[in-house]
Amino acid sequence: MHIDLTVIWAFIIAFAVFAYVVLDGFDLGIGILFPTIKVGERRDHAMNSIAPVWDGNETWLVLGGGGMLAAFPLAYSIILPATYPLIIAMLLGLIFRGVAFEFRWRDVKHQGFWDRAFFAGSLTAAICQGMTLGAIVQGIRVEDRAYAGGWLDWLTPFSLLTGASVVVAYTLLGSTWLVMKMEGDERDQARATAKRAFLGTLAAIAVVSLASLALDQNYVHRWFDMPGLILTALVPVTSIALAFAFWRAMKAGNDILPFVLTLALFFMTFIGLGISIYPNIVPPSITIWDAATAPISQSFMLYGVVVAVPLILGYTGWSYWVFRGKTGSHGYHH
Amino acid sequence: MFEGVDAVFLARLQFAFTVIFHFLFPSFTIGLASYLAVLEGLWLKTKNEIYLDLFKYWVKIFAVVFAMGVVSGIVMSYEFGSNWAKFSDKVGTVIGPLLAYEVLTAFFLEAGFLGVMLFGMNRVGRNVHFAATCLVAVGTLISSFWILSANSWMQTPQGYAIGPDGQFIPLDWAEVIFNPSFPYRLVHTIIATFVTTSFMVGAVGAWHLLKDKTNPHARKMFSMAMWMAAIVVPVQLVAGDQQGLNTQAHQPVKIMGMEGHFESYPNGAPLVLVGIPDQKEQKMKYAIEIPKLGSLIVVHDPNGALYGLKTVPLEDQPPVAVIFWSFRIMVGIGMLMLGMGLISLIARGKKKLYDWPWFLKLSVIMGPAGFIAITAGWVTTEVGRQPFTVYGLLRTADSASPLAAPAVGASLLAFIFVYFTVFGTGIWYMLKMMAQSPHDHNPGLETEPGPVRAAGITPAAQEVK
Repeated sequence: MHIDLTVIWAFIIAFAVFAYVVLDGFDLGIGILFPTIKVGERRDHAMNSIAPVWDGNETWLVLGGGGMLAAFPLAYSIILPATYPLIIAMLLGLIFRGVAFEFRWRDVKHQGFWDRAFFAGSLTAAICQGMTLGAIVQGIRVEDRAYAGGWLDWLTPFSLLTGASVVVAYTLLGSTWLVMKMEGDERDQARATAKRAFLGTLAAIAVVSLASLALDQNYVHRWFDMPGLILTALVPVTSIALAFAFWRAMKAGNDILPFVLTLALFFMTFIGLGISIYPNIVPPSITIWDAATAPISQSFMLYGVVVAVPLILGYTGWSYWVFRGKTGSHGYHH
Repeated sequence: MFEGVDAVFLARLQFAFTVIFHFLFPSFTIGLASYLAVLEGLWLKTKNEIYLDLFKYWVKIFAVVFAMGVVSGIVMSYEFGSNWAKFSDKVGTVIGPLLAYEVLTAFFLEAGFLGVMLFGMNRVGRNVHFAATCLVAVGTLISSFWILSANSWMQTPQGYAIGPDGQFIPLDWAEVIFNPSFPYRLVHTIIATFVTTSFMVGAVGAWHLLKDKTNPHARKMFSMAMWMAAIVVPVQLVAGDQQGLNTQAHQPVKIMGMEGHFESYPNGAPLVLVGIPDQKEQKMKYAIEIPKLGSLIVVHDPNGALYGLKTVPLEDQPPVAVIFWSFRIMVGIGMLMLGMGLISLIARGKKKLYDWPWFLKLSVIMGPAGFIAITAGWVTTEVGRQPFTVYGLLRTADSASPLAAPAVGASLLAFIFVYFTVFGTGIWYMLKMMAQSPHDHNPGLETEPGPVRAAGITPAAQEVK
């Protein structure tokens, strides 16, 4: 049986991106929700729930980007110039978001400023990530192994839509995380937010799905042509089932299920994305095989991935376990 | 606004700006992470609370600097693609896996255990916490390994072939990773980070000693730092010399530029101490030289033949003025550091290490010396790599992204503005923390607002809220 390293790498990169989205998604989501959280202890608690894990979470973004350079260098070298202003803005947003974790404690007089920086940085990063997704799905102009479009090709109603959708989706991740980690009033506030964010996310998924069908006939074929339709239909069906499960979990007052079900919902959207664009990595013209690095590079890195990723998941899980339970204000506290 | 400016030059400026700023932070945190591991280890072994106090003191500073290193580092990982897309396309096959290994084996390790190191002292046993601190330190060192291997491959490529479309294909990963300049660059850079940390720690110690020379924490810090200065700086000078020999063997044109040699010297070259390089006229003006010393240093033979830039086409020469002076700045600072180490040994011999105010003041001034030397050294080796991104094989002019000058100009301005304001503020906070003296048992920690890093393990301290 011939093992296609390129396909394996496509799944590895997809996994890294998924891991980033769900892990940093709740970090960014909390940042986006910061203005809705009362100044003072409540903000401290929210921040403290993610302070020990945000850096590890963000590292999946470096794996996604660095992994893309390593495994699909042509795609990396096309997508980044194509979305240049978005990438730059995202990086700057992440700078503000990242330093805010430390700076807001270092300068109590200006804590308000750093709280706003935390919010603005998180919001900017989320919008840019969402718009980059849209810019990729809507197709990128390529000529001669290089980006051949204009300054602003990435800016369209579709990418603005995906930008807004990711913001809403991250607030769902953020609020359900807070439901898990907060107690009392703070958790109740998070529940209320999660309910709204949930409805918003469902709406966003629906609208983006329909809009992407409108982008390109190919997308319609991928989803609706038989016999594939039997499988692709599972995605919306499962998503609706998850939505019901989410609603029931919230009604039952469960603290952990909403977050877990949100992760599952995100997974569904990823599968949907895969159905739409696989095997293109730079729609419409660059497939994963076009963009793949040399086989000797693929295999060299694969050894590392096979050994390192389980270890990473292991000690990352351990670290989350060390900080398990409600963040609270006793024992480890900020 | 940037229409007339060369887009490639702007891309170079932007990369230089972002990478120089970025590397300031790991220059400090690599050494600091190891120092924190040493402090925690000594506390566990000797039970002397001074070490715990120093750990708690420096871990707060570490957290701030590390965060700045992380966020400025992510910029680098995306900047290869955004601004150097052609390089990424052609060289990604080789460099990409090295960077991927850096993420997999180093970044995740440091980030993964950072949470426990900074916030977990109450939640895990002492030994587990110590292991976390050590793993963060190890992560920073593993990180250096991979990034320096990648950078060194750009300088002294080997183990590759070039495909028909210009893409580099790795042939032998051992040869790629352990390329000729890698071992030298690795040793020289890691020692540099330790030296940089030592002088910062020494400066902070000296600062507090000037206020109160009996301050036990300041004395401990200062003494540890001065031992590093006395022992490690001479080693660094040897490491640098060895790297120089290696560079002469593989990148002689870079050495010509660093030495300011336009002429060839078949019978031994002088050491040009100072001068004004004129690359247009291919000559060194107002030079002050010491005969034969150049060859003695560069090839360890006073009569060794050294050729000059006049034997190299102008389009293959690096910018001489930049690297001639950056090299001298680095070496000059190295000499000052050597002097500091020597004085500290003399002072120690006379039991006066904490008693000479002029030496303490000098130590404060020398605090940032490592950062200046590291930056000057990196400018030397990287600008010396021009006009190539892969030395001798891929030109910088053929490496940049297809972006118009206004786009790069705009992002460059954005980075300059954000970096100076955000990181400038961070550095200010760091200095404010350094200005505070590490108290006995840090009673201030429990009462000040903010992340309680280590509330102390003794029951009494835990009761303080």
